[in-house]
Amino acid sequence: MQAVRSRFNYLFRSTKGLVLVAIALIALVTAIWGTLSGPLAEMGVKDVTVRVLGMDLNPAEREGRIIILYHVIAQAVIAIEVYLITRIIPMKPGRQETINATITVGYITSLIFGLAFAYFGHNYIYHGLFIAGQTLVFFAGVMLLEALWPWQKAYHVTDRELSHWGNIDLERVAFFTMAVCTLISAVFGAVAGANFGNEFTAFLAEDVVRNPNKPILQRAVIGHLHIMLTLIAIAITLIIGRWFDFRGALHKIAMPLMIVGTIITSVGAWSVTWVSWAHTTIYVGSVGVMLAALMLVIFGWRKLINEQGGAGGSFGQKIRALLKDPLKFGPLWQMVFMNFTVSGVGIFMAVKLDEIIRVWPWREERITLTGHWHILSGIIATIILMYYADMAGLKGWLRQWFGWAVIIGSDIAFAAVTVFSMKRLFISEETQQPLVNTTMILADFGLALVLVMLAALMIWRLADLFAARGRWQHELADERPELAEPAAPDEEPIDALRTAGGMTR
Amino acid sequence: MRTRVLLSLTLAALLLAGCAAEIEMPPEPPLVPGAGADPEAWALVPAGDFLAGQQSERTPLPYDYEIEVTNVTVAQYAAYLNEALAAGAIKVGEDGVVGFYPGDVFRGYKHEEEIAAGDWLHMPLDEPNQRITFDGETFSPVAGYEDHPVTYVTWFGAKAYCEFYGWRLPTALEWEKAARGTDGRAYPWGDDIEARNANYYASGDPFEADFGKLGDTTPVGFYNGQSYGGFETLDSPSPYGLYDMAGNVWQWTGDVYENQHYRYMRGGSKADYGYMLRAWSTNNAGPDYYSPNVGFRCARDVTKGATQ
Repeated sequence: MQAVRSRFNYLFRSTKGLVLVAIALIALVTAIWGTLSGPLAEMGVKDVTVRVLGMDLNPAEREGRIIILYHVIAQAVIAIEVYLITRIIPMKPGRQETINATITVGYITSLIFGLAFAYFGHNYIYHGLFIAGQTLVFFAGVMLLEALWPWQKAYHVTDRELSHWGNIDLERVAFFTMAVCTLISAVFGAVAGANFGNEFTAFLAEDVVRNPNKPILQRAVIGHLHIMLTLIAIAITLIIGRWFDFRGALHKIAMPLMIVGTIITSVGAWSVTWVSWAHTTIYVGSVGVMLAALMLVIFGWRKLINEQGGAGGSFGQKIRALLKDPLKFGPLWQMVFMNFTVSGVGIFMAVKLDEIIRVWPWREERITLTGHWHILSGIIATIILMYYADMAGLKGWLRQWFGWAVIIGSDIAFAAVTVFSMKRLFISEETQQPLVNTTMILADFGLALVLVMLAALMIWRLADLFAARGRWQHELADERPELAEPAAPDEEPIDALRTAGGMTR
Repeated sequence: MRTRVLLSLTLAALLLAGCAAEIEMPPEPPLVPGAGADPEAWALVPAGDFLAGQQSERTPLPYDYEIEVTNVTVAQYAAYLNEALAAGAIKVGEDGVVGFYPGDVFRGYKHEEEIAAGDWLHMPLDEPNQRITFDGETFSPVAGYEDHPVTYVTWFGAKAYCEFYGWRLPTALEWEKAARGTDGRAYPWGDDIEARNANYYASGDPFEADFGKLGDTTPVGFYNGQSYGGFETLDSPSPYGLYDMAGNVWQWTGDVYENQHYRYMRGGSKADYGYMLRAWSTNNAGPDYYSPNVGFRCARDVTKGATQ
């Protein structure tokens, strides 16, 4: 019983355990639901999955199912970000555990019953629990706001190398702002979602983009999905900044930019419902956010070069130092890479919308839109994955292989998907098959590589949970010593085994 | 060093992927079993409500109409071009076949493009996979493709064909009712789709052997329950006996909507996944758009007492 309790404490009461559970659940959902589309569906695996699991795939409800599917995954991702925030940002005693417990119950309830409702028949108790789970996630967000409140005297900035306004810690304000905007954006989507959900008139935003007279709630949905993904990206950027101990002159410029950028971008996305120039607002805000991220990248890469012995060396030595640790290099590189596959493509599409994109049939435009946000989601996922791999204590050649496989695999896949989604720029419909084949093979190869790495990481951590004195126990002792079992007299002290998470401030 | 080499190879692979545009055209038309349904046949759709759209909303359509059992074929369109050219209804210009269109009402709405009165392209003649040739005097179907649905036809070209014979393009509602009947089914044959029902992306029909998963058009009426070279099709007509109302090629519909220049298509095509073949799924493009995946069929009013 003690063994079960200890593992439960690790998985549900420590940050690393909670993150592990959320990643494992996302991996499980990805593994199963990934068979319903793409190459696995073409190979007939979809039919097996549907038959074995008894899925009910009513053709008229496809859009509703997909909406529930990516909502449950997104909430697990948000939970991971909340776990990391409650760990790295100082807050009153008890707040971390309360917030984490609430969001954990919320997202897991939402995930289980949301998928049950969407794919296994319409039991309305399931739907109610799906909504209840989401409500708990929202409520955890409200509690996070209270915990992050930047104007508390206890959290006045003491380190003058950190961005501040008087005594106010601007990084804390940036986290707070992101959380406020996320909650407002969630309400924004919830109102529209309640309308379309109750009427069973769910639709995918990419399906209505060419409708010239979109009702206000349709526009709200489009605003909601864009800003939620953006805010998830902003949150992980702030988290990675803390991981790198972002400070100094760039930090002092970046945090105000991030705060203002977050507010303007969010207001721009919300205003999609009633003004025609909302995009201009979004562009202005995005510039602030992206500049802040750029400063983090500059700071982080410079720090990596210095830490890895490249300071004062030749260009080659600096590059070698920069690339020495893929798990540290990777998250920042992915932020840069995003500009080529997401931001750059998005800006191009917006600028050339009438001239090029809207000349294509709608199906082609739809492919570019879905490619756009799939890639951004994927990039955020790989950043989280690399951060977690570092937290999990991956070292040596495993760290190298894992890190580079994730970076190279995902970037090949995302580049291939970008080429695929924009193929009509340089190839006609009748001659596209070789390009489609090539890009699909590259995308499948890249994604498979990342998923194999993810699976390996999960299996490693699962196996570890079966070890009596596994890594999990040291991690628990490191974070929550009051919950850990005492070490046997002849065992190495747990302190000596602590993994470097870089998670404290 | 190894890292740099690996990164360089990755970059090179991506560049190569982007350059892989050249394609070897198939030397001969593939398996050609001929039309699986009569391209000259019409089906009557009786007046009455039906369940329209994804939410299957009861929608009135209070009149009888007829609609072609199959898409217009390459042979039919080539014959039409010869007749229309002789009658002076169309011209052959630099870009291909053109004809007059009186234009749409233009309101300058956001993203709306003006469709002014004038000559518009009906069908290009210089596309590499065009199945209709023109020798300066006569249009002819490319051998082997006579019974395939005509493609590379713009909305103007489709509308002109139907109107030349006194018919019209079906409205979106007419098309949908003809495709799914009155019981709200998702596909013409029912609620589930499998590879032997229709020609769609990676559906495994014999034509994909030559053209890859994107495939090629199948002759009209191909999915009629017969076996072609070991490929067993399922008889997949709509409740009114129409074939290819899901897959093969998208089909232009006739509606012109306010505040936009887009014209809408129905049915999905050989280049789309199965879910795009659901009866309510649409695609749209400007009326001058043409593609190897887009064709059409005509509808006509029913004159009382007439049997056509």
